[in-house]
Amino acid sequence: MTLPTGISRRALLMKLGILFNSIVAVILAVPVVRYLLSPISRGRKDGYDAWVPLGNLDKFPSGETRLATYRNPVVNSWDGDTADIACWVRNVDGASYQVFAINCAHLGCPVRWFPQSNLFMCPCHGGAYYQDGARASGPPERGLFEYHYKIDGGKLFIRASEMPTPGQASNIVRGIQPCA
Amino acid sequence: MRLISSIGKWLDERLQIGATIRETAEHEVPRKTASWFYVFGSAAFAVFIMQIVTGILLALIYVPSAGQAWSSLQTLNHDVALGWYIRALHGWGSDFMVALVLIHMIQVFLFGAYKYPRELTWIVGVFLLLVTLGMAFTGQVLRFDQDAYWGLGIGASIASRVPLIGPLIVNLLLGGPIIAGATLSRFFALHVFVIPGLLIAFIGVHLLMVIKLGINEWPMPGRLVRKATYIKEYHELTKKDGMPFVPGAIWKDLFFSALILFSLAFFAYHFGPFGPSGPPDPTIIQTVPRPDFFFLWLYAILSYLPASMETPALLIGPVVGILALLLLPFLSGEGEKSWRRRPLAVLTVLLAVVALGTFTHLAQHTPWSPVMDAWSGIPIPNQFLKNRTALERQGALVFQVKQCHNCHSLGNEGGKRGPALDSVALRLTQDQLIRQVIQGGGNMPAYGKNLSPAETTALVAFLESLHPAGQPPARDASRTIALGAETGGAASSSP
Repeated sequence: MTLPTGISRRALLMKLGILFNSIVAVILAVPVVRYLLSPISRGRKDGYDAWVPLGNLDKFPSGETRLATYRNPVVNSWDGDTADIACWVRNVDGASYQVFAINCAHLGCPVRWFPQSNLFMCPCHGGAYYQDGARASGPPERGLFEYHYKIDGGKLFIRASEMPTPGQASNIVRGIQPCA
Repeated sequence: MRLISSIGKWLDERLQIGATIRETAEHEVPRKTASWFYVFGSAAFAVFIMQIVTGILLALIYVPSAGQAWSSLQTLNHDVALGWYIRALHGWGSDFMVALVLIHMIQVFLFGAYKYPRELTWIVGVFLLLVTLGMAFTGQVLRFDQDAYWGLGIGASIASRVPLIGPLIVNLLLGGPIIAGATLSRFFALHVFVIPGLLIAFIGVHLLMVIKLGINEWPMPGRLVRKATYIKEYHELTKKDGMPFVPGAIWKDLFFSALILFSLAFFAYHFGPFGPSGPPDPTIIQTVPRPDFFFLWLYAILSYLPASMETPALLIGPVVGILALLLLPFLSGEGEKSWRRRPLAVLTVLLAVVALGTFTHLAQHTPWSPVMDAWSGIPIPNQFLKNRTALERQGALVFQVKQCHNCHSLGNEGGKRGPALDSVALRLTQDQLIRQVIQGGGNMPAYGKNLSPAETTALVAFLESLHPAGQPPARDASRTIALGAETGGAASSSP
């Protein structure tokens, strides 16, 4: 049977069937896409960035730079050791501190501190930084990433949650920088 | 025998594929394409089948959890009977597969097989290369060790450089704010479900086109491809000088695949599995992360690019490269096929092979990385200490203690990041040495704040002693005049 418009009944029904399936596909795509984007949207929740303790101040003698570790505030029970993050704490003069991310500002490899030459060196592509985190040489375009810190009850706290990379997700999503 | 043939008949009556299989097997191919040059694609396929089998075997034991993956690999290596061998087969299989895909691609390019009507076969082949590399990278991540952990960090740092949305890509890539359990889970899903699915689909399309369009004829110099006449000419060729694919051509594929699989079995047995290196604990920073073999060239490029060019090169380079490969059959879809008459094609291949080979070679020696323990682990060779003054030896001590040796070599020992200092006194005068040490520059940190005047004096005295016997150190001729000394030569070494 052909309708006055020239479209057969069966062809019309088939088109309707495709239309119904398209609608269902869109309806189903919304939760799928939101599920896939959860690593981004989860960042909007409060408590993503948190003040984490690095330990008592007496662990960080004046004028020295020491390795400290902390458990990342955003963590799952199956993360194992990967949620233990290291950072470098520099006690500048007994009163002010600098806390550097372990990740080289070039491509994220772990920098090592050499107290004899007062340099941070990266084992990957040879980036080097001075004791205050400023770029000394090599491929990095900037100095080391620095955490915000505070002192509370004789303990050193830093604001952490996110692996620092040359571009920071938090800058975009929340306008807060855990690392400068 | 009769039973088998009657079972076969019963099945084919229902499946109805016997005729198709026979037709495919017996289709005529040009006699000359039954060549030893045409065996790489099928060998890559054979290794891929091997990867599927060993991958499934590994999945019986492997735990895709950030907390346990590494120890499940230890179990595979040490506690499961021949677990190490299955891991070795899978790891070496990955290298074999990438190598075979690259060789196959070079052969196809040089033989002009990407030209009409096989443009789409080439394009699907480019995607096959990309997914094969994707398998290699995600597989390296599943070997969840220190190299995998910091390799992910490098991947994230590269992704974060994408303008505007880079940081969001990082979070999607890692499955969260840091490299952790979610990261491994999503790379597991990619390596085991998503990319193999794509790979199988692309291989299916690729092979279908090979069968439907026929295997590329042996390129004869001067026999040009023209869209109007090619198909007819090809069919005439196969009719006049063809033979059935089975067994005419396939026996060479079978021989070569067997050789490749045997080599793979031997490599796996002889060299063993890849790692895992240290556990993925980011608080262990005494590590020197290295990517797997087929990504070493990238590692080298990342350390040689000037800082200002790095982000554009990282983001634009791959796009340009992939686009060039995809557009190739459209830019030269007709004309000469033989590499004997395509010098540019040969030069392109040579350039790519030499460049990638050189970068890979460099990345195995990493001259750009400081040798992190040279200052404490590699002594200064004797010839640089013999017959030296006390001050110069004191300077040698400063050289070690201040980690100069991490970046500068003496007697070819130590870091290669900075220039070798064996004969630095020939190049720099005393004043230039002092300035370089204190102010740095030319990719060297400034040591002014970290050296006392006495240490600087001693260090420079040592550096000034670094020149071959019989060749005097560089000196500033104007200095003798300025200081009013009548006899030259003495001035440059007087303190």
